[in-house]
Amino acid sequence: MNGKIGKNELLNRMKLEFLNRSENESFARVAVAAFAAPLDPTVEELTEIKTAVSEAVSNAIIHAYEEGEDGMVTVECLIDGDRRVIITVSDSGIGIDDIERAREPLYTSRPGEERSGMGFTVMESFMDRLEVESAPGEGTKVTMIKNLDYVL
Amino acid sequence: MQIEFEMTDDILIANLDGELDHHTSTVVREEIDKTVEAFHSKHLIFNFTKVTFMDSSGIGVIMGRYNKISQLGGKLVITGCNEYIDRILDMAGIYTIAYRINTVAESIEKLESENTDEEAEGGDER
Repeated sequence: MNGKIGKNELLNRMKLEFLNRSENESFARVAVAAFAAPLDPTVEELTEIKTAVSEAVSNAIIHAYEEGEDGMVTVECLIDGDRRVIITVSDSGIGIDDIERAREPLYTSRPGEERSGMGFTVMESFMDRLEVESAPGEGTKVTMIKNLDYVL
Repeated sequence: MQIEFEMTDDILIANLDGELDHHTSTVVREEIDKTVEAFHSKHLIFNFTKVTFMDSSGIGVIMGRYNKISQLGGKLVITGCNEYIDRILDMAGIYTIAYRINTVAESIEKLESENTDEEAEGGDER
């Protein structure tokens, strides 16, 4: 890492790793929000970031590993001089075989469990960019970018 | 997440307080179902006034309660959402299965007026 991401200057970077326990969902979203706070985001931007992180981390906790299996979830966050917040949520779990279908609104792989299937839709709507990389057996990596407004 | 319940006749009001995510949704689900059953409530009002955070897990909780309540002819009301919660619920089409009403008092009024209409029509099949 040479301190540059493209033409944008890297301001700060962090990485969190935690077990796939649902109580870590609030930990992850609060940590990312606190990390991005020096960029002075609006309340709206912070809420959107927290919600998107919560969705991605919940997905990893619910879907990545077999029931009862311990697995790690990683959250990385970068902030740059262009007021971009770049968040990556990854796991080394079972992966997604059809990413396009998984991203469809209301699609859930577990229809019997009162899941809304709106996770990716919420991430897409609250962030400026969403990329999903995954393959069966090779884990999943979700990258989200939020461009914060410039304070006038 | 704390839930405080209030009952008026056949209406149950669930006053949610705190953060509603995948982790806390389990308790919310169980508590509401248990209380609806114990008090034979027909209608359910979700009061989000004190909910400081919600992600799409909340959608699942509402849809699941709708499935139970509507089987017995009950109606669902959502009240007190901030704009972010409202956006998420709207995105999922929740307002096609539940009323969105500004205050708890107005929600009760709405449900009571529906009960009266039903009686007038003789629509009570018991």
